[in-house]
Amino acid sequence: MFTLLLYHLRSNGILVGTHEWLTFLRGIQCGLATNIDGLYQLGRTTLCKTEAEFDAYDQGFLGAFEGVEFAETLFEEMLHEQLRKWLEDGTVAEGELVEPDIPIDKLMEELQKRLEEQTEQHDGGSRWVGTGGRSPFGHSGRASHGVRVGGQSKNRSAISVATERKWQSYRTDKRLDSRDLQVVLKQLRQLTPTGDWQLNISSTIRKTVANGGEIELDFQRERKNRLHVVLLLDSGGSMEPHARMVEQFFTAFSESKGFKSFQSWHFHNVPYGRFFSESKTESIETLMQQWTPHHRIVWVGDACMAPYELYSPTYHSNMRGIDWIQRITQTCPKSIWLNPENPNYWNHPTIQGISRVVSMKSLTLEGLAAGIQVLR
Amino acid sequence: MRQQFTGTEEYIADDALLADVNAAIVLEKPLLVRGEPGTGKTMLAESLSKALGLRLIRWHVKSTTKAQEGLYTYDVVQRLNDSRFGGGDVGNISHYIKMGPLGEAFSSNEQVIVLIDEIDKADIEFPNDLLRELDEMAFDIPETKETICAQKRPIVLITSNAEKELPDAFLRRCLFHYIEFPTPERMRQIVHAHHPNLDGELISAAIDRFYFLRRVDGLRKKPSSSELLDWLAVLSRMGASPELIRSQVPLMGALIKREQDVALLAQLRARRRL
Repeated sequence: MFTLLLYHLRSNGILVGTHEWLTFLRGIQCGLATNIDGLYQLGRTTLCKTEAEFDAYDQGFLGAFEGVEFAETLFEEMLHEQLRKWLEDGTVAEGELVEPDIPIDKLMEELQKRLEEQTEQHDGGSRWVGTGGRSPFGHSGRASHGVRVGGQSKNRSAISVATERKWQSYRTDKRLDSRDLQVVLKQLRQLTPTGDWQLNISSTIRKTVANGGEIELDFQRERKNRLHVVLLLDSGGSMEPHARMVEQFFTAFSESKGFKSFQSWHFHNVPYGRFFSESKTESIETLMQQWTPHHRIVWVGDACMAPYELYSPTYHSNMRGIDWIQRITQTCPKSIWLNPENPNYWNHPTIQGISRVVSMKSLTLEGLAAGIQVLR
Repeated sequence: MRQQFTGTEEYIADDALLADVNAAIVLEKPLLVRGEPGTGKTMLAESLSKALGLRLIRWHVKSTTKAQEGLYTYDVVQRLNDSRFGGGDVGNISHYIKMGPLGEAFSSNEQVIVLIDEIDKADIEFPNDLLRELDEMAFDIPETKETICAQKRPIVLITSNAEKELPDAFLRRCLFHYIEFPTPERMRQIVHAHHPNLDGELISAAIDRFYFLRRVDGLRKKPSSSELLDWLAVLSRMGASPELIRSQVPLMGALIKREQDVALLAQLRARRRL
């Protein structure tokens, strides 16, 4: 029965590992889940790792246990007064959890039959309608699946909590967080010893102490990341839907300490002689004089535009958009273009055109990881 | 006998939180508590310590905190100083080993509660450096060839504001609890605890406004409880009337801190949605 939960959770996208699953089972063994509320809570605290998973957890939990709550009023009228009375003050009997795989309509049919046959009070046991026990009928029982007849449902609240879907707004499918990005970005470095020899104070102290107090000086050269990174961001209108994601990339890049220099510039759809930043405009010519082959260029844009934008010269320059991209790539051969569009739609003419000049990857974690191989 | 946490008079915890805290105690796993600022994550540890009568050891994590500092530090400079200028038992290295919060907890004879506060403030690799220590509740001190191993596994609470995502390997080892943002009723109690003398009418108006702002779609940073408290303090000092708060948002700067959010609200106001 619990394994069923595991599969329901996994199919809802919560990747429960063995480690967590064993913790969950140990919790059940330790008596932390005596009813379905406890089970729900225990499962959530052991199997979910973030509140973003709570909604999927509710869905999976429902999938596994929803059959438990079914048709409260339907059978109430069919019960004789007497029968109902002892159902109401019954106590829970201990019982093993059993695994009946009976479809719900079969259960209903069977319940009706048994109600007709049954004439006396019954608590515990596995056949008659009653309290506790393993019969799928009655209440407070331990059958994993069945029809509750009367009584205060002990099993209902967790299910009704789960059906509320109150965690829906916390859900972030396809989450792409800047932590993952930063971890990937860490691969982007070229460490070289540079500069003068410097006294490493902490290791000097350590070595001196190890040496019984005789001063032993330890000199080291600093290792520095030599990489310069330039982020070129398309801020055109068609990028609007991707704004959040681009922002995350920007954050990841700009917070990633250790680049020798980092700069970012904007352009609209395609560069025409100028890049923009929040405070100033700079001609690409000037910028390219500063850039060297050590500079890594990361373009971020959907590369979707009317073909003339890419292929026609503008009135103030006879350079076309594609020429600018080409020139920059020639100056800084280690360039990539990250595209937020779904790669299935990359047969657009301007996407094709640009990707012939710059290596194009998708704006995802995998795309960035692949791109870093090019940049290194 | 198993200890059961049921909350304390000052700290009213909901059933879900109680269940998770007790699960963490029984399963001897660290409990990671997350939630927006001002939801009482740190208070939980204090009240747990009070309720169970166990000593609380805090470890406030900063951006410069290293995992090693939580275990122990070896004061080599003091030792060198003593060896040069006399004083102290230089031969005994353990004199110069100073336990960090985790080290103190592990070497305690009684069970204690350890609070690792705001773990997400530290370096991105910080949680990974603590995996083994938290799993086994033990660590080695190579300098003295000692192994510190917890006699009684401490109850470990970890709080996070989700500023940085935590690594999966770390999350796998923790139980997780998310403290929901307080309901308006609960918020009234919180406000009352901080500003007992404020006019009830003013508080209601401000709380209504506050929750309204939190519901606005697309805000980059929702106002938090502590900002509400600050806002109320300023409002009462300037003598704002409840009517004023209902008709507009005076001193919005106390609640909304981001330029984009201010712009968004101005837009809504222009369209008469605010």
